[in-house]
Amino acid sequence: MTDTSLHNAGYEAGMGDYFALLKPRVMSLVVFTALVGLLVAPTPVHPFIGFVAILCIAVGAGASGALNMWWDADIDVKMRRTANRPIPAGRVTAGEALGLGVGLSGFAVVLLLLTSNLLAAGLLAFTIFFYAVIYSMWLKRATPQNIVIGGAAGAFPPMIGWAVATGSISLESILMFALIFMWTPPHFWALALFVKSDYGDAGVPMLTETHGRDVTRKHILVYTLLLVPVALGLGLTSIGGPIYLLVAAVMNIWFLKGAYDIWRRNDAAATADNYQVEKQVFKVSLYYLFAHFVALLIEAAFRISNAGGL
Amino acid sequence: MALKVEHELHERRKGRNYGVGLLLAGLIAIVFGLTVVKVLQLGDARKFESYDHVQRPQIIPQETGE
Repeated sequence: MTDTSLHNAGYEAGMGDYFALLKPRVMSLVVFTALVGLLVAPTPVHPFIGFVAILCIAVGAGASGALNMWWDADIDVKMRRTANRPIPAGRVTAGEALGLGVGLSGFAVVLLLLTSNLLAAGLLAFTIFFYAVIYSMWLKRATPQNIVIGGAAGAFPPMIGWAVATGSISLESILMFALIFMWTPPHFWALALFVKSDYGDAGVPMLTETHGRDVTRKHILVYTLLLVPVALGLGLTSIGGPIYLLVAAVMNIWFLKGAYDIWRRNDAAATADNYQVEKQVFKVSLYYLFAHFVALLIEAAFRISNAGGL
Repeated sequence: MALKVEHELHERRKGRNYGVGLLLAGLIAIVFGLTVVKVLQLGDARKFESYDHVQRPQIIPQETGE
């Protein structure tokens, strides 16, 4: 991986290009889930400490994004979806991304340690390591299970938020982790079904390439079925409640129906309507996760207003 | 001797330099804010006094005279 091969010497990178290295869209999901993890925890957190902690988690996640882009620049350039990222587009050199990623990782972890506690900082450090090294370097190009195991990196933020507030790990935070962890495979495989040629061109062993598209359809259904008990189980813990269970019931039926529709049809049908069902299920999967975490927030808001007397 | 020599790099890197400046200012503000919040949360001095954070008896005003 050489810096010079991709870099456009005439271009001066601006702040926006460096910001793009932090994967702002992934970051927004991280901020949201980490914030929910922090707010639903039974221990109140000073608002400023909460703000700095979430900022640290976001910067740490961004740093791991920069490290991922540094490592994956050679395959990003081959995929339409990623070809316009700062390094493959020649706006930032790979070395700069590495420096930014390592530097911001250190800042984020140390500042989180000073802000909250060792457990939260340790979890953040492990998340960065998991995404940048275990997922990007070891798994992504080696196994079709890349998405399944790599999804853990995206599942840590609510657990870190919970650890910031409580200083511990508990059933609630493990189930929030499990919800995102089990949600990631069907979410990404739905995406892989309609951007398949991209991953194939880059030689990334997505399940669609290694085991075929019908197997992927079956996997989406099976993983969605496994997701349902996790999502409903979370509603039976101390952070759940009737509103959460209602939302979870509706969203799980919706997502399951989508997964069933994907499983029932084959690629001939999908090509005929330009992967409409797959694209729809991908969208539903985003609503699914968002709705669950919003429901957790609503439950927390009710608990606080009830505890406040009346 | 001119104190202000303009190099084309100054203009070219302006956005980046301001950006880094703002980030550093933000970092200072965050660390300062954290310090204020953490110190205010300490509460009673006796709960956290330890080796160099000990209340010094000699600076506490004496009640009895001679």
